[in-house]
Amino acid sequence: MAYEEPIRDYDRIVENCTCAFCGCNCDDLTYLVKNEHVVGVRHACRLGASKIMEDMDQRLLVPLIRNEAGELVETDWDTALDKAAELIANSVRPVFYGWSETSIETMKQGIKLGEYVGAVLDNQATICHGPSLQAVQNSGYPVNTLGEVKNRADMIVYTGSNAMNSHPRHLARYAAFPRGYFRKKGRFDRTIVTMDPRYTDTAKMSDIWVGFNPNGDYEFYTALRAVLRGKKLKEDKVSGIPRETIEELAEAMKTTEYGCLFFGLGLTHSLAKQRNIDAGIRLIQDLNKYSKWNLIPMRGHFNVNGFNIFMSFEMGFPYGVDFSRGYPRYMNGETNTIDLLTREEVDVFMVIAADPGAHFPGGANRHLANIPVIQIDIHWGPSTELADVVLPGSFVGVEVAGTSYRMDGVPIYMKKAIDKPETCRDDEWIVRELYERVQKIKGEKIASK
Amino acid sequence: MEYILKNGTVYDPTNNIDGEKKDVMFKDGKIVDNVSSNAKELDVTDKIVMAAGVDPHSHIAGPKLVVGRLYRPEDSRKGIVPKTDVTRAETGFSIPSCPATGYRYSRMGYGTVIEAAMPPLEAKHTHEEIVAIPNIDIAALPLFGNNWFVLEYAKENNIDDLAALISKWLRLTRGYGVKIVNPGGSEAWGWGMNVHGVDDPVPYWDVTSREVIHALAEANEKLGLPHSIHLHPNDLGHPGNYETTVESMDIVKDVAKNSPVRNQTVHMTHIQYHSYAGTNWRDFESGAEDVAKFINNNDYVTCDVGQITLDETTTMTADAPMEFDLHQLNGLKWANKDIELETAAGIVPFIYSGRNSVHSVQWAIGLEMFMMVENPWQIMLTTDSPNAGPFIRYPRVISWLMSNKRRLEMIENGEVHKAVGRKSVIATLDREYDFNEIATISRAAPAKAYGFEDKGHLGVGARADIAVYDINPNTIDPSNDYEAIERAFGNAALTVKDGQILVKDGQVVSTKESQTIWTNVKGLEEKEAVLMEKIMPVFDKYYTVKYENYPVFDNYVPNPIEVNVQAGK
Repeated sequence: MAYEEPIRDYDRIVENCTCAFCGCNCDDLTYLVKNEHVVGVRHACRLGASKIMEDMDQRLLVPLIRNEAGELVETDWDTALDKAAELIANSVRPVFYGWSETSIETMKQGIKLGEYVGAVLDNQATICHGPSLQAVQNSGYPVNTLGEVKNRADMIVYTGSNAMNSHPRHLARYAAFPRGYFRKKGRFDRTIVTMDPRYTDTAKMSDIWVGFNPNGDYEFYTALRAVLRGKKLKEDKVSGIPRETIEELAEAMKTTEYGCLFFGLGLTHSLAKQRNIDAGIRLIQDLNKYSKWNLIPMRGHFNVNGFNIFMSFEMGFPYGVDFSRGYPRYMNGETNTIDLLTREEVDVFMVIAADPGAHFPGGANRHLANIPVIQIDIHWGPSTELADVVLPGSFVGVEVAGTSYRMDGVPIYMKKAIDKPETCRDDEWIVRELYERVQKIKGEKIASK
Repeated sequence: MEYILKNGTVYDPTNNIDGEKKDVMFKDGKIVDNVSSNAKELDVTDKIVMAAGVDPHSHIAGPKLVVGRLYRPEDSRKGIVPKTDVTRAETGFSIPSCPATGYRYSRMGYGTVIEAAMPPLEAKHTHEEIVAIPNIDIAALPLFGNNWFVLEYAKENNIDDLAALISKWLRLTRGYGVKIVNPGGSEAWGWGMNVHGVDDPVPYWDVTSREVIHALAEANEKLGLPHSIHLHPNDLGHPGNYETTVESMDIVKDVAKNSPVRNQTVHMTHIQYHSYAGTNWRDFESGAEDVAKFINNNDYVTCDVGQITLDETTTMTADAPMEFDLHQLNGLKWANKDIELETAAGIVPFIYSGRNSVHSVQWAIGLEMFMMVENPWQIMLTTDSPNAGPFIRYPRVISWLMSNKRRLEMIENGEVHKAVGRKSVIATLDREYDFNEIATISRAAPAKAYGFEDKGHLGVGARADIAVYDINPNTIDPSNDYEAIERAFGNAALTVKDGQILVKDGQVVSTKESQTIWTNVKGLEEKEAVLMEKIMPVFDKYYTVKYENYPVFDNYVPNPIEVNVQAGK
């Protein structure tokens, strides 16, 4: 890597800011601000720093409406909000999707609007850690906060997760390297294990790499559990891993003092889906008979966990909550965004702080192209190409304060460091404004009857 | 707005009013002794009027509740009620959603609830949920019993620093009082271990539960907080644990009370779970007699019961090692949540059944405690919701307390296991609570124990938190009409909160935002600053959040009721 000059040209610094990138929610960032723009970020990883510093790249700055020729044209806030409110007020099966990159405060407005019009509220869990949550509902949820790992853990397992690339500071700040209270020598006091078919960057810095076969997760974890419970494996190799290795691993996991298993989408989305996670959770439960073990799902967006927590305390269900009957329903396969879209049930789609255009399967996106889509976001993306109304929001944790929940459920208040562009609005304000305008339209409708 | 509740039969134990026919007047949210002729008259003839209920120990908001809701959609699906013009949709039975929690307490005539366990690191989460709960005032008790700083200072018997720490942390977390859960045990759970009894040293820290309880009680009294230490002692749910319980109460015997607003120096919570005799689940039997005897002889102790209601529920406690044992016992899905430097928690669904001998004896032990503790000011109505049963079962528990006939019927009909006859003496206890005693255990005594001077009674100047129940105390025979008792206490004829009518005939007719009660200790600012200099290097090194991002900021507590305490006065 080429040497980079330190940034010395800045007006002021803002300390202890929280990173709005991955589920690590590192809250120790320092922003270097010049002319109300973040020109440098200290402590963050490259992913976080670039997201924060490049915030004006392809930035949505003004409200847009798609005209009859099919082009997005600039408009004023009133027109755009009225248009969006009208779409929502006249819809019969609206879906409000996203939420994982905005604040809890915005979600509060969103649930008001959703309950009022009978929408489906769903977040990115529906396409990422949804199966993990299903497994949690099957098997349990033995978790800890990241500080427990830092202070106590002498064995750390990454599985189906390449933290070095996806959550770069996870190892540095929480898991592998930091010097904890009972682990004064940091990395040297810990054994790092990566269980992954690929020899990832995380595997490269681990002490042990267990490269089981692709889609062999379930088989491997079941074998590990069997050995743990004193069974003798009949096969010489399970999922490509020699019996002796599995036995050694089981013994090591049993005799460790404190272990933590971090699992990512590699486990969640390979062949057996939630059954993989089931096996992982059961493994942790078995291990606790001998030693101390917990697990944490490696959540992607900085507030994807927040939405699940928020919906659970407001309405009892974590994601894919359907209010169309006047009470909340949660049925996987029925009330999730992808299913609703591929069945072509949805007639208005609002996406906030997410990019379905980039992530959804073709069938779902095909339907999105056919129905009105409202987008609340800060950047242009494939979803903008699908959108009929675009409402430019602001950057939580940089331009506006708000609450988020870390992957381990620790709530963090993300502070505001700079002002937002004059023509943009806060997400919370936009959704509240939509709610009020929808109420007005619906109220007029009832009055005219 | 002025109101007058006409002709009700009033039970107000705090003001020695025991079933008098009396008008209750309120204006601008307070009880007054006269109103103008413009006052709106509400006729409550032949109905019972009490202060709104005060729940001294319930789990209604916070991270472990959310884990329960998130991982038990089967429970959320049980209590579904569609939205109305006034209320939002409700879900959940044992772990209701936040809106449902508020409405259901209101329907029972409750006005104030204590959230009994708040991990300081995740206090913001607890407060977010408190804001989402409508209609009731909520105070939250931060957890101190396994905090590393507490363990260190307790070992050194450094009461000065401990007092400053409590003072500082109550402000940081917007907490109300000192909660202690399985002192030392939840820290030991960090290594998959537990402590047994009050003299078992905590691994590494080498401090005992006895030292932790004593030091925290001393610090609590040094500050003169409105609530005493709130103790969930060691060995919860273990056969033979009554000895630990009695010892735990005995530890604070020499600690002098330093607060005029309450009578106790220790509040023992869910005492039912701590009153077991025997050595294993086979010879398990009631140990209630010894525990009750100790409480009867020592007026510095109060307790709440945690009555088993024989429902399918979700157990959740900061006593994480106990929850793992429970998971080993019943095999149902186990959730755990260890919190760095502070505490731990565990969650396991549980099906209490009258066909099971152990559960039935647990049911009997709770009732025995109610019967055997003589002074109703020392014992309070709870189900440790949702651990022993959801709070919506309070009316049923009341009906059991008021009817010996019903209790015997349950034993004779086989609604509970026959082991109840062999392993407890509940069948021989024929005490029946009267309405005044019910008013004491469900509002007056809890309000007193928490030092709420304007709650739990109907004297002039108190908050207009009032419950009216459609029962004529002169004609009803609770012993026979236990079903009517349960119905009436579950569907308040009127619930008034701060002068606003929230419930009419069991229906929520209006809602209001909840308020958060917290204790602001003043006068230790300098000591706190010195202490923080000592704490900060440790904090910076071993927490994973920055101190600047750690406190609960004002925006999380939009409607505070700040209780100001001058330290040591």
